[in-house]
Amino acid sequence: MKFAVAVFPGSNCDVDAYRALHDVLGQKVEYLWHRETDLSGFDGVILPGGFSYGDYLRPGAIARFSPLMTSVMRFARDGGIVIGVCNGFQLLTEAGLLPGAFLRNRDLMFVCDTVSVRVENTDTVFTHRCQAGQVLRLPIAHGDGNYTVDPATLAGMEQRGQVILRYCSPDGTVDEAHNPNGSVANIAGIINEQGNVAGMMPHPERAVENLLGGTDGLFILQSMVHELERRQHETCRC
Amino acid sequence: MKAQVLITPKKGIADPQGTAVEQALHALGFADVRAVRVGKVIDLELPEGDREAALAALTHMSEQLLANTNIEQYTCMILDEDA
Repeated sequence: MKFAVAVFPGSNCDVDAYRALHDVLGQKVEYLWHRETDLSGFDGVILPGGFSYGDYLRPGAIARFSPLMTSVMRFARDGGIVIGVCNGFQLLTEAGLLPGAFLRNRDLMFVCDTVSVRVENTDTVFTHRCQAGQVLRLPIAHGDGNYTVDPATLAGMEQRGQVILRYCSPDGTVDEAHNPNGSVANIAGIINEQGNVAGMMPHPERAVENLLGGTDGLFILQSMVHELERRQHETCRC
Repeated sequence: MKAQVLITPKKGIADPQGTAVEQALHALGFADVRAVRVGKVIDLELPEGDREAALAALTHMSEQLLANTNIEQYTCMILDEDA
């Protein structure tokens, strides 16, 4: 079982993602430069945070046309597990793999903080290790994290359980006072309709050791690892 | 030929930059200013030729890359040489 960590010019959380999966969770991981196209042999793809292509035009707008992303889009359409964190989430919306888009933060400030997010759906590849309603403490760091989506699409997403994380108070209350960037419905993380692609603004890879201030990111990353292990066992029937 | 694509936030989409600029204008005494929206202008040059074909190409560029039509609207223009 092997993970790919995408590296675009301007990615800056690629090493964190590699460390979390390789050093903390003992997984096989390889970096894939944005010019690579071969995803054969990979079971999961991480699109890391950063400022791919300098965030020129819009965050993710140019990275979306990189050779690697063309392969990632095919990988995702074939059911492969893909998670985009921060800039990776922005990139997934630009690529059309996730609905919605991102605006500048409501208060125009770059927000660098540790926030609480409530797990809204535990029946997903990315959250099945969490308890229903569990509050995770995770770091955020973004200037364009103001998630927006048209009301009709949002209603469908809510109905299908595609909203997996919402910004909330430490005790789990979802309200405007605990919305760091103005995102509609306090959305911090979503999945696609098929459930194999996730995007989240908070950084699970930066919360994997007590030394980093917490380990709540492991709930997300371990969910993915366990799901891939389960799939592998199913395939080889061992 | 010279061309220009004008990109602005779609109607109904929040524009935090526009709101901040509007508040700054109010603070400067331009109290009547309303509905400030901040967009971007992309200037580019295309080979001389059919204007309709050029406009069609600009529309393709806008749909694919220049604008995110979830949140932005765009206007494509061919600029007259003297402009």
